[in-house]
Amino acid sequence: MIEIKDLHKSYTIGKNALHVLKGINFSVKEGELVAIMGSSGSGKSTLLNILGMLDVADEGTYTLDNFPIKDLNETKAAKYRNKFLGFIFQSFNLINYKSALENVALPLYYQKVPRKERNETAMKYLAKVGLADWATHLPSELSGGQKQRIAIARALAAQPKVLLADEPTGALDSTTSYEVMQLIQEINDEGKTILVVTHEGDIAKMCKRIVQLKDGVIIEDKFVEQVRASDHV
Amino acid sequence: MFNRDSWQEIFQTISKNKLRTFLSGFTVALGIFIFVILFGFGNGLKNSFQEFFMDDATNIFRLFPGRTTIPHNGFKTGRFIEFDNNDLAEIQKTFNYQIQYTTPRITRNYTIKFKGKSNNYGLRAVAPGHQAAEKTILMKGRYVNNEDIKNKTKYAVIGRLVEKDLFEGKDALGQFIDIGKRSFKVVGVFQDDGGDNEERYVYIPYTTNQLIEKNTDKLEQIIVAFKPEIGYGGAMNFEEELMTFMKKRHNIHPNDQGAIYLRNVADDLEQNQQFGSLLQMVVTFVGLGTLIAGIIGISNIMVYVVKERTKELGIRKAIGASPSSIVLIILQESIFITTAAGYIGLFSGIMLLSSLGDSLDDYFIKNPYINTGTAIFATVILIVFGAIAGYVPARRAARIKPIVALRDE
Repeated sequence: MIEIKDLHKSYTIGKNALHVLKGINFSVKEGELVAIMGSSGSGKSTLLNILGMLDVADEGTYTLDNFPIKDLNETKAAKYRNKFLGFIFQSFNLINYKSALENVALPLYYQKVPRKERNETAMKYLAKVGLADWATHLPSELSGGQKQRIAIARALAAQPKVLLADEPTGALDSTTSYEVMQLIQEINDEGKTILVVTHEGDIAKMCKRIVQLKDGVIIEDKFVEQVRASDHV
Repeated sequence: MFNRDSWQEIFQTISKNKLRTFLSGFTVALGIFIFVILFGFGNGLKNSFQEFFMDDATNIFRLFPGRTTIPHNGFKTGRFIEFDNNDLAEIQKTFNYQIQYTTPRITRNYTIKFKGKSNNYGLRAVAPGHQAAEKTILMKGRYVNNEDIKNKTKYAVIGRLVEKDLFEGKDALGQFIDIGKRSFKVVGVFQDDGGDNEERYVYIPYTTNQLIEKNTDKLEQIIVAFKPEIGYGGAMNFEEELMTFMKKRHNIHPNDQGAIYLRNVADDLEQNQQFGSLLQMVVTFVGLGTLIAGIIGISNIMVYVVKERTKELGIRKAIGASPSSIVLIILQESIFITTAAGYIGLFSGIMLLSSLGDSLDDYFIKNPYINTGTAIFATVILIVFGAIAGYVPARRAARIKPIVALRDE
């Protein structure tokens, strides 16, 4: 599903070039649930941004679903993001003046799905994350865990190939974190490929594979026995 | 792109972000409103200005006697010139083809009484032609006529305000008023567009006044109206011929500038029109200034709007909005708000102007108005500049990488 070869990325800060990713080789098969771990500054967010086409690599190749990702302009990147990727952010990033349902329906709006169908699909995914009763509520009326579930529903609504989650539990307490991870596991169980960036060990253990990043290189890549979040809830 | 969905999106952002909508809408509405009001007031000022100066006929010369400044034909300098009835008759005879009418004017001040009520008024002793020269409008009765001049009748034509003051709303026609020590019969009441002062005059036949003043034949001022069809050039020639004629009659040196004054209303008119167009320029300048202030206002607000929406736009981009769709929603929203608000400002401004009507006459603003074309043009200008002002930050926002926008917590 994801194929990365010899990926380099550096940022220029003033006169100094900061080499963040120093040759990453990495592939993910369909249906995997991968945790990307590392301390801050290890390059894990940069990697995720490149995978999410929010940022462009300096060197190396990136293939997504057998589709080479290169020469992206903004319009093309927007199209690919919409088609291939669903994002889950630490700070949820819901649009605060739109209801839960409208937030979930927004990616479909950009896919030019007709209104009625859009709302039906959005409602289906809201039900999937267990928030159908909250469809008309604004994000400000929801708890952190509920907001993240809305964000997950939104990421799923566009039916992406891959879900990218950047510290999805970073802003949540541990009980809520496990609930969110349980949802992510369930979605993975249905066959969706998911990448989770985290620095919390217990969250990483709930994935099927852990990739350790340090100073811009992968230092460890191992498959683990998945801990089911439902055991903790 | 202008389908129902995108409109729904716009209406939602508008209704859910009331402060933002209010700020940008208010700026535009206020800008247009002030523009309409100022422009209207400017036009009102012009109107009252025109009324002041266009009150009299424009095809007339006024001749005033003065003092000689150059010795001539044995006369010393400093001699007082006087006009008399012969001057009037000779002018009429000599320039018969150029002249439409002539009238003398003798001005006096009298205490005028009616049944115990009295007041001081200006008295003008005139000939029938004076009615056309002053554009006097008769409300009732008649003006001084040729029979009055011939018979030296004691008839008077009084102004509207004289009737109002002395007769307290009762009909003055046929009543007798005392002018000085003599009794005159009121034969007419007039009004005048020249304002209140013009309506506080009393007109009597000039011959009657001469009779009262020891049967003199002196005249103070001679007003000569030329036929309009002789044109501007013809009028200029006539003016010169008239001056030459009068100087010769009164033994005045041809180069003497002080002995006889001639005021050509056509020249005054030209000066007045120049002043009028200066006024127009000031009005236009003020209008442009208001418009520019409005444009700056809407530009600032658009920058603020885009800044405030940076994160939201980042989210939209992350979930698949193309840069062009970002630019489009901002533009569509701003154009919609400026158009609607511009219309409100335009409409309320025009409403206010038309409701003012004559109520500001005391402040020299008469009948303020604005061309609908000018007002709409100003609104369109503001909308266009609002759109341009929105486009620049919108394009920048559309270029921002989603991660940068989303990082801004």
